[in-house]
Formats: sequence, C-alpha cells, structure tokens
Amino acid sequence: MIKEKENRRKFVIANYGYKDGSGEYFITIDTDKCNGCGKCVDACPYGVMAVGEDPNDPLSDQEAAFVTEAERKKIKYTCAPCKPTSGKKTPPCINACEMDAITHSW
Amino acid sequence: MVEKSELWRWTESRWTNEDIDWKGKIITSGVDVGSVSSQAVILADGQLYAFSNMRTGSDSPDSAMKAINWAIEDTGLKLDDIVYTIGTGYGRVNVPFSQRAITEIACHARGANFMYGPTVRTILDMGGQDCKAIRCDERGKVTNFLMNDKCAAGTGRGMEVFADLLGISINDVGDLSLDVDKEPPPVSSTCVVYAKTEATGLLREGWPKNKVLAAYCSAMAHRIISLLERIGVEEDFAITGGIAKNKGVVTRLQKEVGVKIMDTSKYDPQIAGALGAALFAKALYDKGKRK
Repeated sequence: MIKEKENRRKFVIANYGYKDGSGEYFITIDTDKCNGCGKCVDACPYGVMAVGEDPNDPLSDQEAAFVTEAERKKIKYTCAPCKPTSGKKTPPCINACEMDAITHSW
Repeated sequence: MVEKSELWRWTESRWTNEDIDWKGKIITSGVDVGSVSSQAVILADGQLYAFSNMRTGSDSPDSAMKAINWAIEDTGLKLDDIVYTIGTGYGRVNVPFSQRAITEIACHARGANFMYGPTVRTILDMGGQDCKAIRCDERGKVTNFLMNDKCAAGTGRGMEVFADLLGISINDVGDLSLDVDKEPPPVSSTCVVYAKTEATGLLREGWPKNKVLAAYCSAMAHRIISLLERIGVEEDFAITGGIAKNKGVVTRLQKEVGVKIMDTSKYDPQIAGALGAALFAKALYDKGKRK
C-alpha cells in the first residue's frame, strides 16, 4: 500500500537516471527551486548538467537545469569520480547550487 | 518449412471522429515514435479528430511518415493542411515534417489529462521498451516523474518474449494469466532473459501455460511497484501504453497499489503520448500567433 497523504507542498521534481540490478541512480532536480543560474553546469567536470528550456514543461518561459540526455543512462559511471568510495564528500554540482535544488539518490 | 505465426504481433488500429468536419479548422498533430509502436494523432481545433497506432519499423522517419499517412487516410486531409506538428517518443528528433520535439514525459501527462480528465494525478506509462511513472497537476503539467529504460523487465517487449515462448497471442496473455485457481509465486528474475529461462524450467516441471503467465504478470506488477514507490501514488491513477491492455498486469497492480485504476476503454491507451504532443502543437501554435 503506497497511497499517499494529501495536502503536500506543490513541487516539481524531475528524477533523471535509472534503476538497475546494482541500485538506484537518480539525480533529482527540484525545478520549482531551480532558478536556471547554470552554476551546476560550470561546476560539473563531466558535462552531466545542462540548463535550458525545461524539457518537461515546454510552455514555461523559465529555464531550468536538467541532466543531459546522453548522460542519463550512465550517471553511475560518469559521476563516480565525484563520489569516492573512501570518505563521503558532497559532489560539486550540489555544492554549487545556492537554491539547494539538486539531490543524488546514491 | 512451416510458416510460424507471429504471436507477439498486437493489433494495429486507426480511428476517425465522423462527427467532426475538419474543413476551416486549425489542424495540429502529434507523432509518437516509440521503440515498439508509433502513433499519430490529428486534432481539429483542439478536438480529437483521428489517430493511428502501428508498429515502429527499423527506420524512425519512415515509421513517422507511415503513422501520419495512415491517420489522414480517407479523411481528405493532406500533410500540408497540418499547421503544426510535434514529435515525441524515443525517435522524436527523427520526425521529418515536425516543427519541434517535446519529451514523452511532458506529452504523456498532457495526453492523459485529456483522456482521463483533470482528476488524473498519477500516470504509469508502460511502453514497449521503458516504463515511466509521472505525477501531474489538474492542467496536466508534470510535477514529478521517473523513467526507467535500462531494463526490459516490466515492458511490452518482455511480454512479447513470453507470448512467443508460450505460443500464445499477445492479445490473450492478460485473460489467460487470470485464469488460475490460485495465484502462483512470481518468477524471481526481474531480467527478461533470465525470467524466460526460469519459465522454461517451470514448463518442464509441468506448470500449465496460464500459471506461468500468471507468475510473470505478477513479477511485472511487483517490479513496477518499486518505481511507483519513489514518486508516490495519488488518485486518480491511470495507466497508459500497451501494457494497459493487459488485464493480467493491471489487475495485479491494482491489488498491490491499493488504488483503483481508471477505466481505459474510451480511448486507445497507446495514443497518450501522441495526443499530448498534438495538444502541445495546438498550444504552441496559438502562442506563436499571439506574439
């Protein structure tokens, strides 16, 4: 039973990534918080992030960050250098975001 | 050599709304080129006028052309009469006559909002090669989504493999899987290739075909639940895509989620994406004219 409680905050969440046999790999962007500043794009060393027209809300004029289509299916590997197994550190994209709009699921 | 019938082949369809005369109206269209099926939807002044639903071939632009040509067949419409076309789906950038492309997530939410009405909040699209869970508001705007296209388990393609293995037409899989006295445990493998191996083993043990299908449909429902958990389910809940036609999966999902799944009989559940694209085409055409 996964029915949900009502009266939740209205938010817009975009989950980019996938789930496979080894785990869940999602970069989640709260596009309500995202102001399209592009700092995550500059911070990411591997070109995972991009800013432009919100792919899931084409009628809106507000730009938002998203994960590039080429990277969506392989973020487990592309993002690995920013997530060393020895000692946890916050990835640069999350650090760069002043709006706290980015989270990682793993 | 005996010719083998193609059991995975689902029924293609097309439909025209006879009550509408398209002449003098604004014609927009949406084309959804998926991995397994392609749909084209034609709107006249924002009303559903015609659609086609057929298999995608090996060539995306060609599949898009075939779908749209079938949709306008015998209506008197010509490609030039369509003022705005949007491509969506996995082959969306390969629709030759389209003005632009929009992601299938946005299109499915918009299309489901039109098909099931503004009360739809959660949409599960079970397509040929991926599975999408989408939450939307009363206008069909996406508020949360998740897509999984890294694994074929829980997709139409997986079901095609099982239909072929058991020698049963894909259209009968759902009904047959429900024809069991007691629900068998689901097959344990989530991967289609290994699930097939497991099914072969069950058949060897003497399981009847319907019991094997029940075990597979139930495994598919289980797998999809884990996707839904991530975004949460809010009523009303609708399923689109080819698997929506498979009662075996839908019934089991409904039991596990504990929320009633909306009736799909009014429209072909496979057209949601193309319908959404056509609705966006209308909105963008109007927006462009106002500027």
